[in-house]
Amino acid sequence: MQVNESWKPTIVAFCCNWCSYAGADLSGTNRLNYPANVKIIRIPCSCRLNPMFILRAFQRGADGVILCGCHPGDCHYTTGNYYARRRMTLLFSLLDYLGIEKERTRVEWVSAAEGAKFAAVMNDFVATVTALGENKRLEDLRCKQD
Amino acid sequence: MKKIEKKNLSVLFEALAAKAALYIPADNAAGQSQFTRYEAGMTLSEKLNTARSPKDLFFPQIENLVDFQVFGKEIQVRERKAPEEDFILFGVRGCDCKSFEILDKVFLSEPADGYYAARRSHGIVMTLACGAPEETCFCGVFGIDPAAPGGDVSCYFAEDALFLQPLTSKGEALLEGIALEEAGDEAVEAEKTSIRRIADRLPLNQLSTEAFGGDKTKTLFDRPEWETLAKSCIGCGTCTFVCPTCQCYDVKEFKAGDTVQRFRCWDSCMYSDFTMMSAGQPRPTQKERFRQRFMHKLVYYPANNEGLFSCVGCGRCVAKCPIHMNIAKVMKTLGGAQNEK
Amino acid sequence: MQARLIQRAKELLESGEVERVLGWTAGEFFYDLTPAVFTTVEVLEKDFRYNVFAGANLSKYLIAESRKPGKIAAFLKPCDSYSFLQLVKEHRINRENVYVVGVGCEGKCDMEKIRAAGIKGVLDVKQNGDTLVLDTLYGEKTMAVADALAERCAVCKSKKFAIYDELIGEDGEDSDDSRFAEVRRLEAMTPEERFAFWRGELSRCIRCNACRNVCPACSCEKCVFDNPASGVENKAAASSFEENMFHIIRAFHVAGRCTDCGECSRVCPQHIPLHLLNRKLISDMNELYGAYQAGADMESRPPMVDFRQNDPEPSIVHERGNR
Repeated sequence: MQVNESWKPTIVAFCCNWCSYAGADLSGTNRLNYPANVKIIRIPCSCRLNPMFILRAFQRGADGVILCGCHPGDCHYTTGNYYARRRMTLLFSLLDYLGIEKERTRVEWVSAAEGAKFAAVMNDFVATVTALGENKRLEDLRCKQD
Repeated sequence: MKKIEKKNLSVLFEALAAKAALYIPADNAAGQSQFTRYEAGMTLSEKLNTARSPKDLFFPQIENLVDFQVFGKEIQVRERKAPEEDFILFGVRGCDCKSFEILDKVFLSEPADGYYAARRSHGIVMTLACGAPEETCFCGVFGIDPAAPGGDVSCYFAEDALFLQPLTSKGEALLEGIALEEAGDEAVEAEKTSIRRIADRLPLNQLSTEAFGGDKTKTLFDRPEWETLAKSCIGCGTCTFVCPTCQCYDVKEFKAGDTVQRFRCWDSCMYSDFTMMSAGQPRPTQKERFRQRFMHKLVYYPANNEGLFSCVGCGRCVAKCPIHMNIAKVMKTLGGAQNEK
Repeated sequence: MQARLIQRAKELLESGEVERVLGWTAGEFFYDLTPAVFTTVEVLEKDFRYNVFAGANLSKYLIAESRKPGKIAAFLKPCDSYSFLQLVKEHRINRENVYVVGVGCEGKCDMEKIRAAGIKGVLDVKQNGDTLVLDTLYGEKTMAVADALAERCAVCKSKKFAIYDELIGEDGEDSDDSRFAEVRRLEAMTPEERFAFWRGELSRCIRCNACRNVCPACSCEKCVFDNPASGVENKAAASSFEENMFHIIRAFHVAGRCTDCGECSRVCPQHIPLHLLNRKLISDMNELYGAYQAGADMESRPPMVDFRQNDPEPSIVHERGNR
């Protein structure tokens, strides 16, 4: 496979307001590095993530989409992330069934205290998606015209 | 009249494809016939009709019109032109060929639609007589003869050969230089008789159009039967999207970053947001929307086009409607004594 | 069967037990029955038809019909009864206003199968035991009923009714899981093959919305794809992405509520096997969250509005392969 050395994937990270967004903050205040091509979108809870948001992120140029939320059992709203877990499991399986690379989607539980985990997760995810290359299977060519 | 052995059909297709982009009805993965760009080895579908009509080739479901791109404080406008490529449509049935005439009246009357006009002028239509009509066919109701399908070249299968009759100068020019035998009319005349004999036995061909026409708005519009007819309609767009003569469209915009792409796409009067305005929906229930479709085909269109009905009886909606409600049933219900069985 | 249904419908109307009857009305041919509401015995006796082509699922019509004053009797097949109960469970159907007459079912035929077998110009069909005798423009043809069965009926999930007030014909049994065979075949493919398969299928979509409009689970007052404020509203799939998105989101929205009635594939004018998307989700939910059949009862919680603390993590999709 031809790998373009200079190519950097666009990653959209949906982060829950209470844990993972704070985790990202902590990672920053701790001066930990994670790639700048990770674009964080804050959502009130991981279960706010409509599957449409993920598809639309891919449509508009994302090469990988990751959802980060509170650890199961620690949801600010008690049970939101349990529902998110089922939804994402099912959605990822369906995307895989349609032949869309399953490595492009991921869920990670990152608490507000886990700044280091946040950085590690992002570094790992960016590396995985970089190896996969550009998102071709869920792209919208209309969004790629100059 | 020219002819070529049926077994040499691919020779004809190769020769045509060398002249311009050739589209023939071929079976797709789902076993349905569809107009497909010819490639070596492709065989002609055995089906009577394509699942989608050939209007796609002249009036595609999506047509990109114009792009607007923002550069700082400037907006650049880029017009999208219809492709300038010549193409040949082979295997168009008589009904579908007639549909082009109906679309022409909409898109080529002033102000003419540039996209449609371009495609029409670049398209060459080779029709194919219907050797084996289906029970869903009723082209005869609208005065169409499946044995005389028209177009630039009319083709007939008879005696293990394809007979070709050029009808226009465009058709004559197309056949020039292609290795075809000269042939007499006898075989084709026999085939025509056979086709017409089958057409006479088609159950829906007996429908009468007497109760319909441009002057019938007042007698038909408020008929109570519309309520019953529309009751089972699920409001999908199948009938309109497989129809060779439905021509309503909507203009939409897609925003991709700093570009806005304006395109038009087919619309369906069956949809709840058809001709939606800021004041609301002028046809609030499915009954009005359902009525619109059939009144348009049988009353409004003929009112504006010298009595020409905008249905060609291809039977696609008869075969495809999820709940089997169709123009034939509408004509039977509202068509007066002539259509009573 | 038709005579029994007409007789019963007549009794129900005449006794005043119901004001309307939901059934099928005659078409031009044997196979083109249209769902219809009957209010008078005269029309019922003249036009009511029931045969092996009465495939449409009548449950969705009951959303509107059950909200009208007066009771309506509905003839439901076993698979329709699941859709019906699911809609009752979702408070979409007013149960008090519907009298459900279950009609035993041996599977319904699909005219497209007959056409695909190369039989043209079918004017009339007669059922002679296991054989269909087809009177066509080109002579008489025969075809085994089994060969003409709709795909969904050939792998019927259950002939057992989820609900009925009275029964005409027999109540049946649940069937095996043979309906998942095609899903298994796709799962065994490589992602590249699956992608090619679905691209080929979904690229034929003309966005006629027949799958959505016929679907008993798609009963939203305003669909997200019809809502200009949603940002995804469109009347045509303007790109391959939109073709994918529409079907992914539709399958996802009905996950846990889809009873696998197969109407989506039956009505698709482009013959896209849409039921394979829903069956995949059903298969996954059964495997990951325990066996569940939408519409089978009023009590159980649908898997997508439920959870367990020890549910598998989404990474299971990466670990187990597509299965």
